[in-house]
Amino acid sequence: MYPSRFKYESPNTVEEAIKLLDAGKGEAKILAGGQSLVPMLKLRFAFPEQVVDINNIPGLDYIRFDADGTLHIGALVRHEHLEKSLEISKRQPTIAAAAPLVADPIVRTRGTFVGSVCHADPQGDWAATMIALNGSIIVQGPKGKRTIAMKDFVLGPYANSMNYNEIAIEAVIPAPQGVARGGYLKLERRVGDFATASVAVALDMKGDVVVGAGFALAGVGGKTIDANEAASALLGQKLTEATIAKAAAIVAAKAEPRTDHRGSAEYKRHIVETFVKRILVANSTQKVA
Amino acid sequence: MKLDEVKIGGMGASRRRVEDNRFIRGKGNYVDDIVLPGMLHMEILRSPVAHARIKSIDTSAAWDMPGVRLVLTGEMMAARNLAWMPTLSYDTQAVLATDKVRFQGQEVCAVIADDPYIAKDACGKIVVDYEILPPIVNPVQAADANAIQIRDDKAGQVGNKVFDWEIGDKARTDKAFADADVVSKIELHYPRTHPSPMETCGSIADYDRATGKLTVYMTSQAPHIVRAAVAMVAELPEQNIRIVTPDIGGGFGNKVPIYPGYVVAILASILTEKPVKWIEDKTGNLISTGFGRDVYLKGEMALRKDGKILGVRMNTISDHGAFFSDAQPSKFKIGLMHSAFACYDIPTAHMFATGYYTNKAPGGVAYRCSFRVTEAMFFQERMVQAAADDLGMDQAEFRRVNFVKDEQHPHRTAFGFLTDSGQYEKCLDIGLEAINYKNFAAEKAEAAKRGRLLGIGISVMTEPLGAGNSREYDILGIKMFDSAELRIHMSGKALLRTGSRGQGTGHETTWAQIVAHELGIPADDILVEEGDTDTAPFGMGTYASRSTPVAGAAIAMVARKVRAKARKLAAHLLEVSEEDIEWELGRFYVRGNQERGVTIQDCAMAAYSNMPDGMEPGLENVAYYDPPNLTWPFACYIAKVEIDPETGVWDVLQFVAVDDCGVRINPMIVEGQIMGGLTEAYAMANMQYQTYDEEGNIIGGNYMDFLLPTAWETPGFELYEVVTPCPHHPIGAKGVGECATVGGPAAFVNAVMNALTEKGVRNIDMPLMPNRVYEALTTGKDVYGMPPVRSGN
Repeated sequence: MYPSRFKYESPNTVEEAIKLLDAGKGEAKILAGGQSLVPMLKLRFAFPEQVVDINNIPGLDYIRFDADGTLHIGALVRHEHLEKSLEISKRQPTIAAAAPLVADPIVRTRGTFVGSVCHADPQGDWAATMIALNGSIIVQGPKGKRTIAMKDFVLGPYANSMNYNEIAIEAVIPAPQGVARGGYLKLERRVGDFATASVAVALDMKGDVVVGAGFALAGVGGKTIDANEAASALLGQKLTEATIAKAAAIVAAKAEPRTDHRGSAEYKRHIVETFVKRILVANSTQKVA
Repeated sequence: MKLDEVKIGGMGASRRRVEDNRFIRGKGNYVDDIVLPGMLHMEILRSPVAHARIKSIDTSAAWDMPGVRLVLTGEMMAARNLAWMPTLSYDTQAVLATDKVRFQGQEVCAVIADDPYIAKDACGKIVVDYEILPPIVNPVQAADANAIQIRDDKAGQVGNKVFDWEIGDKARTDKAFADADVVSKIELHYPRTHPSPMETCGSIADYDRATGKLTVYMTSQAPHIVRAAVAMVAELPEQNIRIVTPDIGGGFGNKVPIYPGYVVAILASILTEKPVKWIEDKTGNLISTGFGRDVYLKGEMALRKDGKILGVRMNTISDHGAFFSDAQPSKFKIGLMHSAFACYDIPTAHMFATGYYTNKAPGGVAYRCSFRVTEAMFFQERMVQAAADDLGMDQAEFRRVNFVKDEQHPHRTAFGFLTDSGQYEKCLDIGLEAINYKNFAAEKAEAAKRGRLLGIGISVMTEPLGAGNSREYDILGIKMFDSAELRIHMSGKALLRTGSRGQGTGHETTWAQIVAHELGIPADDILVEEGDTDTAPFGMGTYASRSTPVAGAAIAMVARKVRAKARKLAAHLLEVSEEDIEWELGRFYVRGNQERGVTIQDCAMAAYSNMPDGMEPGLENVAYYDPPNLTWPFACYIAKVEIDPETGVWDVLQFVAVDDCGVRINPMIVEGQIMGGLTEAYAMANMQYQTYDEEGNIIGGNYMDFLLPTAWETPGFELYEVVTPCPHHPIGAKGVGECATVGGPAAFVNAVMNALTEKGVRNIDMPLMPNRVYEALTTGKDVYGMPPVRSGN
């Protein structure tokens, strides 16, 4: 790997890192897991003047549930950490379903949840999951912290609403009113491939009634697709063949796929609809804990 | 006491690979691990476009960078008569472009600098002014009468055609078709793929002006051919050229040819008088070095109602890229494509082949196949399935009816090959039993209740491995033999050198086993050394599964020569005449008195310390082996797949492989070869291809677009064996490295097609990605050609 020349900094505090970013005037990039930055450096698609490695900042690798069930994921939590977390598998099924589908096992030991959301790749699994879960990102800059809701966070492909001198320090996922249910399905040609289509479904259920629902898509548009309006088909209702079909149709209509070597637009839309149905059907037949 | 052959690591021992000791410790020694004093680093600037005239090249900014030692252009190469080099198929290939660039990724300039970062930065400073020309990205465009000519550098070149070539009996075949009850047809594309070894190509050229010696460390499957070619191209005396091939991180055919980078690095070392290292990056390897396949196959089969095949017609159109640089025997323009149908008893066949230049990377190397037999066997088994379907016959039964029977051997195929042995029906029966073929209809019905489609696909083939004989097989006129040199030390330990070169294939392990089998010297006492042309005897290298058939035979023969001399020493030691000496593994004894004997080790010591008067001291010899025929391993592969009709995703429920590669030297290594080959077969069937968009941009220059399967997707494989010793090989062995890659793809594809037969679908071209399967099963139509390329996201 022979990237362009860059200056490497490895601060020990978030404040120091912010100072470096601020001084960098947009020419500094944060290195967390390196899942996307390192290939871009290698291919010389990215040539930042400075790389700010945040891996030596302690205290950013937490997964924490508040008493009310709100979930906090620190900036240095690796995908693998989420994949292996018992707490996540019990309490947050959408994340639990997506975690083992992110990239490949090797990348999952390095790549971070928050970094992936920030990268805002239209194919990214975590940005879609966060939109479906109605999450938000806490960012910190020279003037302090602010919270950005996911719907305002991803602006477009590889673009988020952070300023150059801010660091995303945490992802926050709100607590369900009832029980968090849901799932994540991805069609890929091979482990680690970009998705042909990915579907994130988050449900909030009281008994067998849906009290909250979120939907988002990856790989089927120029950016992560927010399909949360499909919740209207389910709210206050049970998961039946009819409500499931209605929700799936709304989600599929939100997809903006393009024909390419992974399949035709129609095929991808069909996969979206099929996957939404499969996730909802799986949740309709499961016993509520 | 008689030696236990398995205990000493002889034939049939699943001996652990001795080379793995260093590989698993990270102590392998690959070309990029070699660091020479004062070594410089080279980077190649590649063409960003597929077809363009070079108007000007400005290298001044690159020259001005600190740390840059040399910037080479095509013009500078031309001044030394090195702008073009010969290919392995009697064509020429540009080393650095002078007039035009002819494919995206073609070598345009080279920068030699103090470190690779500087070299890469300096490449970015070179300004090339291209006048874009229309690109040609497939044979149809190439054949158009109004098409722009790609190879306008070649005097006498007409259009974009590389060759027309035919074989077989046309008149007799036409007659067979006229007499047929049923004519079955099929049209296929075998997509372009890439061998993609883990280690890319690379070399270090080290020219010493004081001695006039040029040493090149490089990753080559055929170091001796490189030496000959370098002597020819660089006009250096052959005795002053030394090619050293250290450990190879996979080859699969990719490392047979000579690439421009090697030639440029050699000139750079001569000019700078420093060692020059060139290590390709992954993209460079994928976009510029030898690809595999890219052939359009059309066929027809003349059939009698009762299922007998009367004749076959084949038509192939191959895409060779910008330079015809197939690595194959000179006589055969489309390799051994005509080995198709060798396991079937077919009275007559005819094949017509046409090749075209396109604005794509050159190559056509045998990617884990013996000179295009992968395409041949894929075509054969897809054609056979189509014919069985058209006749309404059971696919296994149709094969059984048409197989060449065991007792028909030696058998001359319709295309003229001579197969010497084969138990195809036995292989098929073992496979059918293992996959429970009898029960398939019930299984299929059960799956249908779950909404799933089940299919079973068979592929049976015999393929020619291990060129030559020298009458028919040569590369650039050099006959395809191989060699071994064996030196027994006085302690009875041994050094074995061969003209082949292991590429991760376990030569250091298995070669010693052959010597152990012939001489009874424990395999652990034998050091195998390959890849240094100053020490190894001349050989044609390792590809086309030819190491065991040719070099392996040479090893047995040299061991026998050594044993013959040892026998004389034994007679001397035992004070009897040679005629009274008997041999058992590792030991000579006096006939009639088995107790009275000497070991091979005793003979070795005597060769240095107690030889009879008049005998030349020492115990060593060399053998060159020219095989009387190819070897013909055969196999039956059967896949059972389940399709999810809602997504088109298919899973392999069971895969059975029955291989006959003759006598197995090391069963564990054979099984590893088969599993690796099946994995590559699965890759091509399921996901892998290299394509180009209409502007000639390669899609597949990285591992996100060019897919290698991981352990996650790769199905499990059940392996079975049949052993039919090769009648002419000294130890009865045949090639095996490529069988599974060759025969495997058709099993997967036939299985998916079998599941879709009732939907009226006859063909989906590889790769069978879920979207293509879904398209076929929802429309009921065939899916041809390469998948559409990325439209830009």
